[in-house]
Amino acid sequence: MNNHYNSSKGLHLNYSIISDLIDENSKVLDLGCGNGYLLELLRKTKKIKGNGIEISQNKVIECLEKGLSVIQGDIDEGLKQFSDKSYDYVILNQTLQSTRTPDFVLEEMLRVGKKCIVSFPNFAYWKIRFYLFFLGKMPKSKVLPFEWYDTPNIHLLTIKDFFEFAKKRNITIENGLYTTKAKVRKAIQYNIFSNFFAQEAIFILKKD
Amino acid sequence: MENSVGIVKTKYYTIEENIKLESGVEFAPTTVAYETYGKLNEDKNNAILVIHALTGDAHAAGYRNENDKKPGWWDVLIGPNKAFDTNKYFVICTNIFGGCSGTTGPSSINPKTGEPYGITFPVFTIEDTVLVQKKLLDYFGIKELYCVAGGSMGGMEAMQFAISYPDFVKSTILIATTSRLSPQAIAFNAVGRNSIISDPAWNNGNYYNQETKPDRGLSNARMIGHITYLCEEAMYNKFGRKLQDKDHYDFNFDIDFQVESYLQHQGQIFIDRFDANSYLYITKAVDYFDLEDKYGSLENAFSKSKSKYLIISFDSDWLFPTSQAKEIVNTLMKLDKDVSFCEIQSPCGHDAFLLEYEVQEKIIKSFLDNHIKGEINE
Repeated sequence: MNNHYNSSKGLHLNYSIISDLIDENSKVLDLGCGNGYLLELLRKTKKIKGNGIEISQNKVIECLEKGLSVIQGDIDEGLKQFSDKSYDYVILNQTLQSTRTPDFVLEEMLRVGKKCIVSFPNFAYWKIRFYLFFLGKMPKSKVLPFEWYDTPNIHLLTIKDFFEFAKKRNITIENGLYTTKAKVRKAIQYNIFSNFFAQEAIFILKKD
Repeated sequence: MENSVGIVKTKYYTIEENIKLESGVEFAPTTVAYETYGKLNEDKNNAILVIHALTGDAHAAGYRNENDKKPGWWDVLIGPNKAFDTNKYFVICTNIFGGCSGTTGPSSINPKTGEPYGITFPVFTIEDTVLVQKKLLDYFGIKELYCVAGGSMGGMEAMQFAISYPDFVKSTILIATTSRLSPQAIAFNAVGRNSIISDPAWNNGNYYNQETKPDRGLSNARMIGHITYLCEEAMYNKFGRKLQDKDHYDFNFDIDFQVESYLQHQGQIFIDRFDANSYLYITKAVDYFDLEDKYGSLENAFSKSKSKYLIISFDSDWLFPTSQAKEIVNTLMKLDKDVSFCEIQSPCGHDAFLLEYEVQEKIIKSFLDNHIKGEINE
């Protein structure tokens, strides 16, 4: 389910940002772990103990080839097999917008993880706004390459949407990172400029 | 014979001392038929035990002689550079306790009477069959098992092995298996057993000196079994409604359809290699297997295990469905065990475990070579 957000250059930046957020020797659950790239990176650089959940059989096999522990499964079914706060970090990288029930998935993550890291493409990014405004069509880009009728990204959202959601559900945003092509801004509070200029957002969350 | 272990011979080891079975009965002597492939290293820590399914035998890989066309039942996965790489690992396979392919079972001669045991053979459980295999590993001086692997009933034994000997098993591969049969699966076994018992030639299990054996009952049991190993899609793909060697119905009760012919053939070839009493005993052991019931819960069952797990299921397998595999996976995740799980897409039903070997080869090889950190001296 991972990597629908399809810019390889962007992804590498994103992976290293996420890697920087994680403490050494921690226990990590990666939801929608794809081919296991991030887990492998974290295992090498941060000596983490990691598990992945991935829906696609072929990607599960790629993870196994990397020697990772991976479970084939659908995160929309919840994380009932995991007990409360059993992981230091639960990661949902570029997958939130593809889940059927994003609110349920987030609540489950926050139940299982002491901290959660969530990243998604920002639909309020200025290029996307201009695309819709001037062309009058569903925006397509390197990051969102799919046709409206054939996209896994069924729950696209903006940075502002996410702040509103977090407030409503009493989710603590510990930090927010907003990436443009090469730069990363950090801010805990909502900021209209980030919502306009950031292509992607990464949040560190918790809920006690 | 490229990538083959070559010509192999089944060997025999006899456990002279009493084995205490789960029922409380003490039993001796027990001969175990086994084959091995590859070399046991000096540290004796590169051994892999593979366990056969319901009606398999110890001949898992290689050929019996130069003219043998049919290799062992898991030859596609066992051999040099294959998933169970015999250049690295020492692979052992035994015939199940109570079976009829070399290991002591109801058709063996009871040394006290000079007659076959028949139904005086003790009723045994999956745990008992595992105990017998452990005795053989002890005889080899193996102190740690690199992996125990099995499909279907072999998977039940593999998980029981990991539970019975939690410090002994380093990794466990469970394929198309369950921690307990569904009532539907028990029902099919019951009809199979009933078919044998209701054959007059079964004669309360005393048929070994008779001219007629309960062949009809046993072949019917096998036909029922084969229905459960396929699935609707597999039957459509394999046979459809095609007729066997004819263009129109014959309007009698002979075989018309290909599916009928297939089942009859499977039944026929089975009676030449299997013993009806063994079928009764082994299916009973499978029916009795229930980890939840035995240990109070699946969590209790697996809690002491130190093994890493690889679990594989097949989406079209309704006999040992993915939902049952997931119960085991979820339990192991909850217990914080190291577990990987893959549901392989296949139109072959339960049979997929012996057919879809390409994907399995990749998964198993990755798991054995990359995931279990082996301190193996090659």
